[in-house]
Amino acid sequence: MITIIDYNAGNIRSVQRACAEVGVQAIVTSDPAAVAGADKIIFPGVGAAPSAMAYLEKTGLDNALKNAFKSGIPILGICLGAQIMLENSEEGSQKCLGLVAGKTVRFSLKDKLLKIPHMGWNEVTVVQPHPLLDVIKAGDEFYFVHSYYPQPADKKNVYAVSGYGGDFCCALGNRNLFAMQFHPEKSGQLGLRILERFARWDGNAAIN
Amino acid sequence: MLSKRLVVCLDVRGGKLAKSIKFVDTKDIGDPIAKARQYYEDGVDELVFYDITASRENRDIMIHFVEEVARQIFIPFSVGGGIRSVEDATKLRNAGAEKVNVNTAAVKRKELISEIAHAIGSQSTILSMDIRKVDPTKEMPSGYEIVVNGGVTPTGIDGLWWAKEGEKLGAGELVINSIDADGTRDGYEINLTRMIAESVSIPVIASGGAGKPEHLYDVLTEGHADAALVASVVHYGEYTCRDLKEYLHKRGIKVRLNY
Repeated sequence: MITIIDYNAGNIRSVQRACAEVGVQAIVTSDPAAVAGADKIIFPGVGAAPSAMAYLEKTGLDNALKNAFKSGIPILGICLGAQIMLENSEEGSQKCLGLVAGKTVRFSLKDKLLKIPHMGWNEVTVVQPHPLLDVIKAGDEFYFVHSYYPQPADKKNVYAVSGYGGDFCCALGNRNLFAMQFHPEKSGQLGLRILERFARWDGNAAIN
Repeated sequence: MLSKRLVVCLDVRGGKLAKSIKFVDTKDIGDPIAKARQYYEDGVDELVFYDITASRENRDIMIHFVEEVARQIFIPFSVGGGIRSVEDATKLRNAGAEKVNVNTAAVKRKELISEIAHAIGSQSTILSMDIRKVDPTKEMPSGYEIVVNGGVTPTGIDGLWWAKEGEKLGAGELVINSIDADGTRDGYEINLTRMIAESVSIPVIASGGAGKPEHLYDVLTEGHADAALVASVVHYGEYTCRDLKEYLHKRGIKVRLNY
């Protein structure tokens, strides 16, 4: 059973439906107690980091997530759910969860033909093996829609990159936490296979 | 680098798939959800569902329809047709549509674009425009006019001006549908598409006129479109999505081929 965190951002049902498609039951909740007792957690992403953080602090979900991370519960962040794992974001002055050292930055593109948001299908290149990414082959593409991206301070936290006016980190991890900037729930069968992997993941980042 | 997108449009009437020629003479050609699933498996990058009845009574049928699509399709899809309020847009978004398309209602009251963009985000707000060629006038210097109500009512509004205005108001993407090319299968209106794509900094989806793979190539290169929308060219089984994408790939266009 997967617990999907509802932080009042709308359209998180798509992650629940994608879980159902791969045969995994998922509940949607904003109750910190339910998060504390979860087997696995997905933090889906839509919206802006500052308002999401404000909601997490107001409801006590911020501490529930930090404690879940400490106690080893596998956590998957998606899109905004990846950005919010870092220490802070250029989107606002609010502190983020800080489960990975680094910050979230806005695309700064020299090429005028490149548009913001970065929206559409783009290649994801694995730079460090991870059990959740072993389905990805060269040339595989995933669906993105974002104007900011995560920038971990230490390369050891970077697992995959994508290119848009230069390479940027699109998948990061730290122990039992893994997070991706793209949307596995909107990336067809390849994305569903990542969610399937997460449903079976024990939180160990090492490849067996 | 982003791939160019192949978008398939399904016109839906009372839960059935329809395809129009020159915007009249619509006929039903099958179950849209089964078709959508087929295109999904065949590698379409995005789907658009247009509710061509778009009556008030039909709203709940459409919400139900979108929920069903969202249970079966795991790529982005948008919904258009008869969206008149923020409430309509929010309901469709919550039912599982990644984006919503506004058209006639936005021409009648342009604030609708900013209201929807504010509620569900610019990236989810598409301005769809039906455009026909006219003789350039003082009011319509671009030589293109916006037409509403499913392409039957001229407005006297300049097409290029409206595209820029839509971007300013918060639309995150534009669908440029040529009424003259729609259903002809003679190719997209390249000049119109390029003129708009060069004048805005949001993605442009070219629509109307696709009959052969070359047409997609032309509009994605010469026409500067970010995405090419097709309908009958795949609905009647002449080409699959895979055929179209492999053709584009062979000619050097970056498209998503692994799925």
